[in-house]
Amino acid sequence: MLTKRIIPCLDIKDGRTVKGTNFVDLRDAGDPVELGALYAQQGADELVFLDITATVEKRKTLSELVNKISHHINIPFTVGGGISSVDDVRVLLQNGADKISVNTAAYKNPQLVQDLEKEFGSQCVVLAIDTRQEDDGEWYVYLNGGRVKTETKCLDWAKKAVDLGAGEILLTSMNHDGTKQGFALDITRTLATQLSVPVIASGGGGAMEHFVDVFENAKADAALAASIFHFKEIGIEPLKEYLKEKNINIRI
Amino acid sequence: MIALIDYGLGNINAFVNVFKRVNVPIKTAKQVEDLDDVTKIILPGVGAFDHAMKQLTESGMKEKLNELVLVKEMPVIGICVGMQMLGKSSDEGNLAGLGWIDGDVKKFDEKLITQRTKIPHMGWNDVKPIRETKLFNGLEKEALFYFLHSYYFKCNVPSDIIATSDYGIEFACAINHKNVYGVQFHPEKSHHYGEQLLHNFAKI
Repeated sequence: MLTKRIIPCLDIKDGRTVKGTNFVDLRDAGDPVELGALYAQQGADELVFLDITATVEKRKTLSELVNKISHHINIPFTVGGGISSVDDVRVLLQNGADKISVNTAAYKNPQLVQDLEKEFGSQCVVLAIDTRQEDDGEWYVYLNGGRVKTETKCLDWAKKAVDLGAGEILLTSMNHDGTKQGFALDITRTLATQLSVPVIASGGGGAMEHFVDVFENAKADAALAASIFHFKEIGIEPLKEYLKEKNINIRI
Repeated sequence: MIALIDYGLGNINAFVNVFKRVNVPIKTAKQVEDLDDVTKIILPGVGAFDHAMKQLTESGMKEKLNELVLVKEMPVIGICVGMQMLGKSSDEGNLAGLGWIDGDVKKFDEKLITQRTKIPHMGWNDVKPIRETKLFNGLEKEALFYFLHSYYFKCNVPSDIIATSDYGIEFACAINHKNVYGVQFHPEKSHHYGEQLLHNFAKI
């Protein structure tokens, strides 16, 4: 049986791992290559590296860093941040990334998703969505690292992207990100039960039981977290042991 | 020396890194001459079926590989798409496969996938060995491997199947016929289990 995945996320700025609260107030969390290798050793199922400043500052994710990472870890990893063309992706894959994630560029140019699927296959195309629940109760898509609101609803964009060829959705709730109060169960469940591709839940994981909730209650295929791992608040090994005890199918 | 076939698309460094760690010599092969002094072959799993087959044919490597594998019986392992290329045909493309193992590659039928319909099959899954093979030497019973695919190998000869996995249907995730091996999962991404398997292949 396919196991649920635990995915540490390394947000990278200027070559360092950083983590903020609600998308601001960045704190330094160490060398991404060292951290990635450590997580792989501890039992992480995959890794995600996001160059969070890339879109804003119009910089490309550093392919050299990706190359370095690929030499030190033996599990799959996804790279995102500022990817806007087939050529961007080719360079990252050639440097060792297994999957790439697109966000703002795909929203502005949906054809990109289709082009990537055609060139590299949907299995390596992850669509990242930053979403926020507004006062009207609806979940809206945000762009540029959460700085720009759109009028598009999260589920609508996710469905469209899957039709275009996205092979996986990385869903981050801006309401929950950095709060450690638990994942956004309702929107995660909506996507996980209505889409035909795996959904990674992100934002809000702060205690071990939050992971049980997001797998059992929200039906997520994978759960992503950052600061709790970086600052050693929850270890990957104890977390996976705990999930196993709770009868979640997990790789130990 | 192991030859790692390079179709010119995607990353194959992961294999090089694994073999470097266990001190097994490996080189990438892009053209026929690169295959002159090799003793084992890896067909990695990058790119689409037709793209990889086209590359093998146009570079002239296909003919040379046929000689090495079928006549000289050199050990070869196909990984993911590389395994699928061992068959005769694939739903993913129009070109013929290598035909070294009797089977055809089919797309997962969403209707057959239980609980929820999710394609690609992505993540860590069980591998159930159904016959003895050197490839699995020293592997723990509970070993899990990383899968990432939408197509699977439908083997026509049951005795060629060495392990199965379950994703809505039970499918052949590892196959072997004489000197030809194939695995659907990615050993180069499957932590120490995968390293053990690749190391086993190097010792065959």
